Amino acid sequence: MLAPVLHILPLTTISRERVLPINGQVNVRLNQKVSPADVIAEASWAREHVLLDVGRTLGLPPNAADKLIRCKVGDGIPAGAVLATRRGLMPRMVKAPRDGKVVVMGGGQVLMEVGETHMELRAGIPGSVIQVIPERGAVIQTAGALVQGVWGNGRMGTGIMVNLADKPDSVLTPGRLDVSLRGMVIIAGQCRDADTLQAAADLPVRGLILSSLSPALLPLAREMRYPILLTDGFGSIPMNSAAYRLLTTNVKREATLNTENFDRYSGTRPEVIIPLPVSSEPAPPQDKVEFAVDQTVRLRRQPASGMIGTITAVHVEPTTLPSGLRAPAADVKLENGEQALVPLINLEVVG
Amino acid sequence: MPDSLIQADSLLAVNIGSAVTRAVFFDVVEGEYRLVASASAPSTTEAPFYDVSEGVRNAINNLQTVTGRTLLNADHRLITPLQPDGSGVDAFVATISAGPALKTALVGLLDDVSLGSALRLAEMTYTRVVDSAGLNDHRLSDQKIDTLLRLLPDVVIITGGTDGGASRSVHKMLEPVGLAGYLLPQEKRPAVLFAGNQKLDDEVKELLGNVTSSLRFSPNVRPSLETEDLEPAARELVGIFLEIRQRQLKGLDVIANWADGNILPTAYALNRMVRFLGQVYPGHKGLLSVDIGASAAVVAASFGQTSTLSVYPQFGLGENLPALLQYTTLEDVLRWSPLDVSNDVLRDYIYQKALYPSSIPATKEEQAIAQAITRQALYLAVQTAGRNFPRSVRTPRPGLLPGFEPILAGGNALDDAPTPGQSLLLLLDAVQPTGLTTIILDKNDLLPLLGAAAKRNSILPVQVLESGAFQSLGTVVSVTASAVYGSLVARVRMVYDDGHEAQAEIKYGSIEILPLANGQSAKLTLQPTHGTDVGFGPGRGGMVRVSGGAMGVVIDGRGRPLVLPGDPVRRRELIKKWLWTVGG
Repeated sequence: MLAPVLHILPLTTISRERVLPINGQVNVRLNQKVSPADVIAEASWAREHVLLDVGRTLGLPPNAADKLIRCKVGDGIPAGAVLATRRGLMPRMVKAPRDGKVVVMGGGQVLMEVGETHMELRAGIPGSVIQVIPERGAVIQTAGALVQGVWGNGRMGTGIMVNLADKPDSVLTPGRLDVSLRGMVIIAGQCRDADTLQAAADLPVRGLILSSLSPALLPLAREMRYPILLTDGFGSIPMNSAAYRLLTTNVKREATLNTENFDRYSGTRPEVIIPLPVSSEPAPPQDKVEFAVDQTVRLRRQPASGMIGTITAVHVEPTTLPSGLRAPAADVKLENGEQALVPLINLEVVG
Repeated sequence: MPDSLIQADSLLAVNIGSAVTRAVFFDVVEGEYRLVASASAPSTTEAPFYDVSEGVRNAINNLQTVTGRTLLNADHRLITPLQPDGSGVDAFVATISAGPALKTALVGLLDDVSLGSALRLAEMTYTRVVDSAGLNDHRLSDQKIDTLLRLLPDVVIITGGTDGGASRSVHKMLEPVGLAGYLLPQEKRPAVLFAGNQKLDDEVKELLGNVTSSLRFSPNVRPSLETEDLEPAARELVGIFLEIRQRQLKGLDVIANWADGNILPTAYALNRMVRFLGQVYPGHKGLLSVDIGASAAVVAASFGQTSTLSVYPQFGLGENLPALLQYTTLEDVLRWSPLDVSNDVLRDYIYQKALYPSSIPATKEEQAIAQAITRQALYLAVQTAGRNFPRSVRTPRPGLLPGFEPILAGGNALDDAPTPGQSLLLLLDAVQPTGLTTIILDKNDLLPLLGAAAKRNSILPVQVLESGAFQSLGTVVSVTASAVYGSLVARVRMVYDDGHEAQAEIKYGSIEILPLANGQSAKLTLQPTHGTDVGFGPGRGGMVRVSGGAMGVVIDGRGRPLVLPGDPVRRRELIKKWLWTVGG
């Protein structure tokens, strides 16, 4: 049976597509070296629209109103500019309520886009541009360590990693966050209270790598301006030993957190990338493997959520689990020495 | 059935769920269609596979192992039609529920009329309503445009205006949809279904024809104020659903090609079968089907010529699970648990399960939590769907379900329960049927597959249904009474065909089981106490012939609605006792 793979790799080649959500301008060229903060593409877009009913304001039918409109599609219009005037004893006019651009016109109406916002897409990781995607962005490649997580708050940040998790089941408290951690990416354990997230925001930190988070804190975590990544899930789950070991051995190195949502359909996952110097290109991550004996696996659910173990036997035929359900399963020797019968569907291969 | 009436086509049917893909093989055995074998494999819509056809091939591979027949060629393509060497299959159909719920915006006129119909139409497939705009909506046109641009709906359903009625107001409602579509890049434009005043079809085509990903028309869902006809629009919505799914899910085009277009949303196919059964087996009661899985909870009911279908992704047990907490409390979920579980543990479970929708409970505690969630999600789905049942259908008391015969149940959460007793108790708690009913478990997801097959082969569903391919859990008598725990509410006597008898006194709050094996029948005499309704009306008794099943004849004396004790310790003890009664 094919197995899902959780990438926790000390050295691999990482390629990431970075694209704008809308068309814009790409600022990089093929083979160009980029650093995480480089703006590789940018675009402008309007957050809002204003529909001006010129015909109704001037008391005219749509066709007549169209003839009085002075602007055309594509025109940039400053606030207060007159768009149409009806002469007479009681002249009436239609003015632009805000700065904007005409996007549609007709039927006696003008639709303007207003509140233009400039969007900059940063490289996120240091590396080389291996593909330019016209008007949208680029594919960037780097070599380094990769740690994938299970949840992210949709932000990105780069900074030097500092470890505040003395052990995988540590709990981060506000008292551990002092001013010396400003601008750092912090490796921590579990987070159980809002004050801790707020204290990290107050410093501010460049990123927080947590093992688990109380679900009640999700709305606040989504609001935080710094990236938050969960390695293992929700509740009180210790950090899986593979991620803990790899992250803590790379302390004081620069790391990039891309905490985009775990999207099962596109395969995007929140991740930590730690660029490392290499003399030759290491092997890329392997995405498809079959469950097999001696594989290192991570348990997604109870009886030992997040724990790493080794498969000692694979039962392809449905096997009765302690829950009473029957499913293909594996005997897993957990790192605490215990043995567990785990449905294959609850396992992911670490590699 | 003479052989000449049988098309003699073997048929392979596949149901692609969010978590599991199931393949079922039907063939003619001794002159009649039979379910030959069924096999399943994990679905592969998600990372790292990203290709639904892989899961389908895996399920068919497993089916090959079970049957010893060759169905796929060396290139893993389906062999069709049946080859002289016996490999392959004559026909193939598929159903699909996998994939995210379609983000849907509703546009109509009056909340209680056209918008209400639009909502019921949306609920007939796997949708999530993200916006609703009608005449009572006081947002300006530009605000509506910005809302659509922000929410990026997959589908916009436009209703409004009776045939020959309002057109200006509908026209006004179209404007934001057209402008938003114009402003969006082509790949993000929504599909539009217009199911309003038919006189506007040409105008709609002109206004929206070039600014949507797909524009479909159906007869008006409200041809007059008093009439609602959702079925033609539902058929068009099926087309839109499949178009979008083929864009979203790699490999589905391959499966659609194998099926030669005979692919349907699972819930739609299931409803087709429920309607068919309602017509083939008419009775004085309706027929109910409930199905709960990772994608959604589906409730379909047939009342003679009328039927309702309600699909609730918000009550699905997969990635949408946290959304359940918008409709219920943690306490209301935990009231069903036989174990002492804290709110925090339940909340953590819900969010962790949503991360891994296909994962299953491996421990007893997780199984208790999973079943408590399933009960509450199905309970909410049935309660919500009940609001769409025709008003003419009588119920024993306001707020209770009408009598159904039979109740069909499917979905992994019910099929995979460790024992038939657990499946039955879960259904009794969540559905809370009234009166006398037979409960049938669709362990192989046959109902939607037969619904999909019906178009291709009309004899196959009838013969498979009558072949015993479904598992009868037994006959249930549900007592409606106002009584105190432990008081007598009914006496029952069952006379078996071999002449021997069984008797029981039913106390309020208890469950009693009279064994009656599958395939056997018996005469059941029910004598309720004053005011108690066992299906014949308050205080009325009677005799009925009942059929057996995995659980026999079950008399549920717990009352309707089922009220659980407020004291958590006593409640958990009672739930454990009921579980023990049905076999643990």
